[in-house]
Amino acid sequence: MTEAPPVIELDRVTKSYPGGVRALHDASLRIWPDELTAIVGPSGSGKSTMLQLMGTLDRPTSGTVRILGHDVAELDDVQLSAVRANWIGFVFQQFYLTSHLTAVQNVANGLFYHGIARKKRLREAATALERVGLGHRLGHRPQELSGGERQRVAIARALVARPAIVLADEPTGALDSRSGDTIIELLHELHSEGTTITVITHDNGIAAAFDRQVEILDGEIRSDRSARLGAA
Amino acid sequence: MNPSIATTPSPPLPRTARLRTSDLIGVGLLGLRGRPLRAILSGLGIAIGIAAMVAVLGVGAASQAQLLDKIAGLGTNLLTVEPGQNLVGQNPPLPDEVVDMIKRIGPIQSATATGTVKGATVRRTDKIDPRESQGIEVAAARLDLLDTLGGKLAGGTWLNQATARYPAIVLGSTTAQLLGAEPGGQVFISGQWFTVIGVLEPLDLAPEINTSALVGWDVATGRLGFDGHPTRVYTRSVDESVDAVRAVLARTANPQDPSAVKVSRPSDALTAQLAAKNTFNSLLIGLGAVSLLVGGVGVANTMIISVLERRQEIGLRRALGARRRQILLQFLTEAVALSVLGGLAGAAIGLAGVTVYATFQGWPTVIPTTGIAGGVTASIAIGAIAGLYPAMRAGRLPPTEALTAG
Ligand SMILES: Nc1ncnc2c1ncn2[C@@H]1O[C@H](COP(=O)(O)OP(=O)(O)OP(=O)(O)O)[C@@H](O)[C@H]1O
Ligand SMILES: [Mg+2]
Repeated sequence: MTEAPPVIELDRVTKSYPGGVRALHDASLRIWPDELTAIVGPSGSGKSTMLQLMGTLDRPTSGTVRILGHDVAELDDVQLSAVRANWIGFVFQQFYLTSHLTAVQNVANGLFYHGIARKKRLREAATALERVGLGHRLGHRPQELSGGERQRVAIARALVARPAIVLADEPTGALDSRSGDTIIELLHELHSEGTTITVITHDNGIAAAFDRQVEILDGEIRSDRSARLGAA
Repeated sequence: MNPSIATTPSPPLPRTARLRTSDLIGVGLLGLRGRPLRAILSGLGIAIGIAAMVAVLGVGAASQAQLLDKIAGLGTNLLTVEPGQNLVGQNPPLPDEVVDMIKRIGPIQSATATGTVKGATVRRTDKIDPRESQGIEVAAARLDLLDTLGGKLAGGTWLNQATARYPAIVLGSTTAQLLGAEPGGQVFISGQWFTVIGVLEPLDLAPEINTSALVGWDVATGRLGFDGHPTRVYTRSVDESVDAVRAVLARTANPQDPSAVKVSRPSDALTAQLAAKNTFNSLLIGLGAVSLLVGGVGVANTMIISVLERRQEIGLRRALGARRRQILLQFLTEAVALSVLGGLAGAAIGLAGVTVYATFQGWPTVIPTTGIAGGVTASIAIGAIAGLYPAMRAGRLPPTEALTAG
């Protein structure tokens, strides 16, 4: 049978940092299209390291990382950059919005490296902002938005290029619990619309509501519970 | 591994895209907008350097233009003839009829003469020691002297047929100053009072007239013991024939002894000034070069700090799909933009300075286009050189920074 390849595949991946820290050890994991996955674990357990490897921001010390079937080790900087631009959307705890740009301009930066004309980028950005419920905040600067709204802008930026997967590292980490809840709600909504999303969190409550929970501890995958048993 | 998955076709890699030039410039300028004050301060060195360069070149160009205007106004067709030393070391005087002889040369338009009255000194009053000449020469002047020289009166009138026979005198500009005399006043020459009837404006092509006191030819011979020998002949010729006239002038003035005649062209001294260099200029150029160097170091320094501060931005851009090279180009563009904005500001300041200075001096304003073009080119080059190392550092920064920092 023909089935789409996993969006991201880690195959016996180990990551050691200079100085001897082994942040990830022999981790294997496949993220399938349309999955909503939570990666949980205590601080320092290697969650961010795993996300960086999944997002091709870093290369493993050993093992193989594949994005839609392509071995990351075989791709050069230009190809990897194109992979990140087109297939992966990132959401960070700190939002990383540019303060002197408006919301729509910040979102349009998600298409900056696509060779698309500025006008078209801004149009797409406006659509993405509407998707996250900020269609009325296009011209606002980050300082004029609440924390939750800022994270929505960042999510719109991750979505604007229609990536194969959105990787979010502690997206609620800098928010109060109410704003955090709305962000998680939004992620569920986007998932129900067909977006593949992987979220890092140390909040077991958040993770429990996801289809799949991957638990890591001291750099090793401890458990991988999925609602879609057939796929994993 | 599940074999059905291993054989599943993967989608082709996404196509790689180039950064548009407009986007590159936009992102370079955006970086400066983030910290405008720092951008202004670090562009200042470049601005001062370019301003100095443009000012020097502009003032140089304006002074040259002024000199050319002046030369054009005075004419280059004035030739003077004086007695010189002949081959055997004698100083024979010019023949008395020299002016008429010279007038016979075809392209000569006019010829006139002055004759030094030897032993005569001019004084403000009879109480002053006659030996104190103050360098003022008393000379007999032909009536057409003023026309030939193109001289103007600062006050009073020039000699005419009538006044040339009376003890009337016209003073050169310096003479009038030294004596403190004005038209209507009197001066004392060889035991006689002369009435000052006119004072001349300074003459650029005949500075010896400025220090002279001029009387009519008849008065000079009749009352001051003048020997009647012309001592300096002034001629104007048709412009195209000046060289030809110059070649025959000595022979015509003194056919018996041409070597005893000295012919010169007063405008040559002004023309020589065109080529002359100003030491003040080299000083300013040096200052400009030093500030450009300091400016370049300032830009490099600002960019290094900027790269350190913006690690997160760099990481984010890499996460959004920027290549190493595109990050490098972004920071390089920013450095060049910084430098060029400084350069443009400097060029504007320099130009304003030149305009004010030239206006103040009454010179024509010349826009130093080469200076401005050179300044802008220099600032592009300085920005590129100063920005290269910081930009390379930015490009090499690992993309994990955005996730780990903060
Ligand atoms: N660049 C690095 N150099 C050296 N050690 C690192 C580096 N990045 C992470 N580590 C180490 O690797 C381990 C895993 O770090 P990681 O950031 O992946 O943890 P985490 O699960 O994301 O923690 P947190 O919940 O606090 O974000 C930690 O011990 C950390 O100190
Ligand atoms: Mg982390």
